[in-house]
Amino acid sequence: MSTRPTPGTESPAVEPRSPGAAAALGTRVVRHGSYEALAMLRNGEQLVLAIVLPLLALVALVITPLLDGYGASRIDIAAPGVLALCTMSTAFTGQGIATGFDRRYGVLRFLSTTPLGRSGLIFGKAVAVAVVLAVQLVVIGGTALLMGWSPLPAGILPAAVLLLVGSAAFTALGLLVAGTLRPEATLAVTNLVWILLAAAGGVIIPARSLPEIVQGFVAVLPSAALGDGLRTAFLDGALDPLACLVLLAWAALASLAAIRWFKWS
Amino acid sequence: MKDFGPVGSLDGRMVRVLDGVSLSAARGAVTVLLGANGAGKTTTLECAQGLQRADAGRVRLLGEDPHRASPQLRARVGVMLQEGGLPPSVRPMALLRHVASMYRAPLPVDLLAERLGLGAFGAVSIRRLSGGQRQRLALACALVGRPEVVFLDEPSAGLDPQSRTIVFDLINELRADGLAVILTTHLLDDAQRLADYVYILESGRTVAEGTVADLTADQDADGLRELEFETVPGLALPAELLPHLQQSEPYPGRYVIRGALTPRDVELLAGWWGAHGVMPTAITMAPRSLEDVFLDISGRSIR
Repeated sequence: MSTRPTPGTESPAVEPRSPGAAAALGTRVVRHGSYEALAMLRNGEQLVLAIVLPLLALVALVITPLLDGYGASRIDIAAPGVLALCTMSTAFTGQGIATGFDRRYGVLRFLSTTPLGRSGLIFGKAVAVAVVLAVQLVVIGGTALLMGWSPLPAGILPAAVLLLVGSAAFTALGLLVAGTLRPEATLAVTNLVWILLAAAGGVIIPARSLPEIVQGFVAVLPSAALGDGLRTAFLDGALDPLACLVLLAWAALASLAAIRWFKWS
Repeated sequence: MKDFGPVGSLDGRMVRVLDGVSLSAARGAVTVLLGANGAGKTTTLECAQGLQRADAGRVRLLGEDPHRASPQLRARVGVMLQEGGLPPSVRPMALLRHVASMYRAPLPVDLLAERLGLGAFGAVSIRRLSGGQRQRLALACALVGRPEVVFLDEPSAGLDPQSRTIVFDLINELRADGLAVILTTHLLDDAQRLADYVYILESGRTVAEGTVADLTADQDADGLRELEFETVPGLALPAELLPHLQQSEPYPGRYVIRGALTPRDVELLAGWWGAHGVMPTAITMAPRSLEDVFLDISGRSIR
């Protein structure tokens, strides 16, 4: 910050003639997305939630008779549900907790004063979720393939659509929780909801095999829509339109609610 | 916004935190917002930064509405928040590099880090840094994008004397480089050392403004405003001896006489010492300081 730069070295002077300029929007979003994705992948607890627990679930579902009687092999029923579980881990619980604490520490406020801005921050988070989800797909999906999973190739495109809409819905829900509750409460709520949905939300165990009283309720949950939708995609090679609509509705409602009620500080 | 107490934010909305703040900041100058905790300094800055929206009035940042700032406008403005806004689990240099990546032509990160002494603790996570180290990192983050305007909320909080000198030198250089520097402080000494122009805030209002010289210029007397002397504690100096001056004993044995001092007052005081066998061990006379101005104003508003 010397006014007279030392010859031969570049001075870190703040030169009024070269005023600050923002990097391009895409650059900012991608950079922030990779920064957040790395932060998530480096965080031990997040990694347990994103990789270890889904892997354990996959193994448990294959070695126990829990999923017998659905017409397909255990792994073919289990793998799509575990991928739905992965989406919930990353987009809802992981992103929710990270955002909750960033909000507490004023990180959201600080970053929103940089050229990243509020919208860049949100888009960056979406990119981070997509990156981590891609890593999960490779690791969990790869493990499932090694365990004998044989997804229908025709189901890949419908599954990609559902994963995209599903991660949008769960990211919006995670941000809604993180932006309205204290971080400790966010931590508790997102973990509890993750466990409840994993156990009885139609993620791993198909909604139609749950007690009849709750079936109608569970069917409209984003968890059941994603779990059942992915099973339909990989087992039948088709896009479940109802599941897709349910997820779109959740994404839209949660986004609107987050825009309305999210508190930055 | 925690420090605003009962006049603070409710539901994220401002409830008359500010009522009658009027200020502007020029390039190539350090503008200081001075006030006690809760005076409205941070809220004023946040309105100027666009982090909060004023319910009424007009706020312009480089000619634009800061609440709707475009990324290009934000790139011209550096912000150091009071609590830093630093993610605790990230390493300092990783954060600084990330913030730098939001700009097209940021300052060389390594040189900036060296200048602010960040290299020494660059490898540990931010949660392990001391308050002063965090302040320096937050300052680096505010400057890395080559801003034209910098907002520094309490930049000297938690700094040891050495860091304070580093930070103050840097602020002086920013001014010399033509930046508009706007900072808040509740430390009068900061304002006295740094400010080109001072606004004194009290209960959400600007109650005084001017250069330090303007504010401390004494129209009452011949430049002297304060007489301080030390001797035995518990001296019963009669109030009627110097009726137009304030007398106090801030510490046992140290006496302060404040006001429009005249040579006659000094004579009266010395006469009283002589008559009562008091021998001062130290006597100092000082011109009106920013502290006097501040006390005058606060005193006035309390009464």
